[in-house]
Amino acid sequence: MKKIIIGMLVLLMLFTVVGAAAAQSGKYALVVKSAGNPFMEKVREGFENAISEVGGEAIYKAPAEPTVEAQIIMIEQLITQRVDAIAISANDPEALRPALQKAMSRGIKVLSLDSSVNPNSRMVHVNQADPEQIGRVQIQGIAEMIGGEGQIAVLSATSQATNQNLWIDWMKKELEKPEYDNIELVKVAYGDDLRDKSVSETEALLKSYPDLKGIIAPTTVGIAAAGKVLTDRDLVGEVYLTGLGLPSEMAEYIKNGVSPWMYLWNPIDLGYLAGYAAEGLVAEEITGEAGESFTAGDLGEKEVIKAGEGTEIMLGAPFRFDADNIDQWKEVY
Amino acid sequence: MAEKSSENRMSLERIQQIREFSLIGFIIILSIFVQFRNSNFLTMANLDDLLTNTAILSILAVGMMMVIITRGIDLSIGATLALSGMLTSMLVSVYPALHPLAALLIGTLIGFVSGSIIGLLVAKFNILPIIATLGMMNVFRGITFLISGGKWVSAYQMSDSFKSISTGSILGINNLIVISIFIYLVFYYFINYTRTGRKIYAVGSSPKSAKVSGINVTKITWLVYSIMGSLAGLSGVLWVSKFASAQSNTASGYELNVIAACVIGGISIAGGEGKVTGLLSGVLLYGILENALPMINVSPFWQNAIQGAVILIAVVVSALIKRKTGSSNKIRRED
Repeated sequence: MKKIIIGMLVLLMLFTVVGAAAAQSGKYALVVKSAGNPFMEKVREGFENAISEVGGEAIYKAPAEPTVEAQIIMIEQLITQRVDAIAISANDPEALRPALQKAMSRGIKVLSLDSSVNPNSRMVHVNQADPEQIGRVQIQGIAEMIGGEGQIAVLSATSQATNQNLWIDWMKKELEKPEYDNIELVKVAYGDDLRDKSVSETEALLKSYPDLKGIIAPTTVGIAAAGKVLTDRDLVGEVYLTGLGLPSEMAEYIKNGVSPWMYLWNPIDLGYLAGYAAEGLVAEEITGEAGESFTAGDLGEKEVIKAGEGTEIMLGAPFRFDADNIDQWKEVY
Repeated sequence: MAEKSSENRMSLERIQQIREFSLIGFIIILSIFVQFRNSNFLTMANLDDLLTNTAILSILAVGMMMVIITRGIDLSIGATLALSGMLTSMLVSVYPALHPLAALLIGTLIGFVSGSIIGLLVAKFNILPIIATLGMMNVFRGITFLISGGKWVSAYQMSDSFKSISTGSILGINNLIVISIFIYLVFYYFINYTRTGRKIYAVGSSPKSAKVSGINVTKITWLVYSIMGSLAGLSGVLWVSKFASAQSNTASGYELNVIAACVIGGISIAGGEGKVTGLLSGVLLYGILENALPMINVSPFWQNAIQGAVILIAVVVSALIKRKTGSSNKIRRED
């Protein structure tokens, strides 16, 4: 709390001192879910990089508690400060609408990232997870690990989880390609994102399919539980594991070879893309309509696409974590 | 009179036995069925998995059994487990040289403190167990979250010796199974052959008569919650070591699994009834369900339904058997 208050005071001082001078360069605000979230700290890093590259001023706002009320107050403050753009990771998709619409009516460009707001309270959403790429890349990964042939299984979260089911659908579509003819998906098991159940399901997979060559676990709890089971049974090099996991949870299993590599989005890139998207909106290079495109710094050309009622910008393929980079990421999140 | 009551007790004991045998019979039938569906079920390797995965549940069930016998319930054990697991694993991540036995002891102590607070609330301040433990459940979860700052302690932060608590073995038997057997032996003796153990039943059967006959009801009630807490604390260390990960939401909702295992094992929610042997078969049946359902290839939607149905059947059978003894019970009460 103290840190935040001090941080706020420092920010306030900065505004009063630098405010007048910086007025020309453009102010880009990033509002995150809550303070002290390591993932969001990295998003902030990327966002600030992008904004400094375009020569603007980045303002970072993080509520002490992950509540929508705190975010509304911050948006009001930002409106008063007359920022040029607000990028927000929402604590509630609906409740922010009045505040964000007010901001837009004052000419402030509003975009969401990570956790979206309703299409009518934003101009565009920056999505870290392109479901198609996430699904396909995991099949490509496991295929490379097992040498292109053998039985594989999926260990998912709950059977109703929307994200996972969408990714698994894309995995199945990728498997239809002729190059994967020798790979057989024998089962989709559900560990319900519970440690104990994920362990039981992994053990059952190993016993029911003795020839199993690979497991894809597109969920953080599942992949770590599977990593533990494979480690305890000393199946390094016999059954390969990949999927989506937290670097800190997976560091052990990536280093011991159970999972040669796995994926997750890169928060720095997410923040970076959001920064460039905000700049694109402010410069009126894009307006948030589907079909537009802009250059997002090092990330290259990005396109605005239609998603549901609104539009989105996709970050692209998830980031690959392997033995070479896991040590620097395991401390991060 | 004496003759009659001993006759009644005879029949009661017999019925208890019938109940247990019917449960064991059910376990055998279920095992044969699963074996037909998947021939890997009755192999040593799978039985080892089954027992290892059920060990933590079985340890918690012993504590829960004593709480339920005193007409109580403890909803906080999942949270206590998480708190103890988180604190111990954070300690291990800072002092990797910490001896595993010390870690187990520290975890148990944390659990004991948590449990004794609940014991005080229930025994001294007469707060309903369900309310007191529900409240403390949230308190413990909150503390776990605050201490960890929402971060997880992951495998790479834990020392090998700490992780080996649950992967190591003594005489070829996994440590978790050894610990759980040890706990069952200790508590079998405690509940059946010590004065304090028998007093737990007396308090549960009739708190008023227990008080009149000079039993310190407050002390016994406090004791069962403290034991429950200690076992939950111990389980916390075992859990975190087994899964090599500590989260603030570890074992969230796990208390319901433990209560379910107790109910299947014939521990009456109304209090005063239940045996360690019955509990053991209840825990075993629950463990088999957890282990076998993923192996017989049923839809995940059915898994939960089947689990629930088996619990219901067990309770209905127990209720039917009890109804038959109802008349004799009445006679006994009139005595």
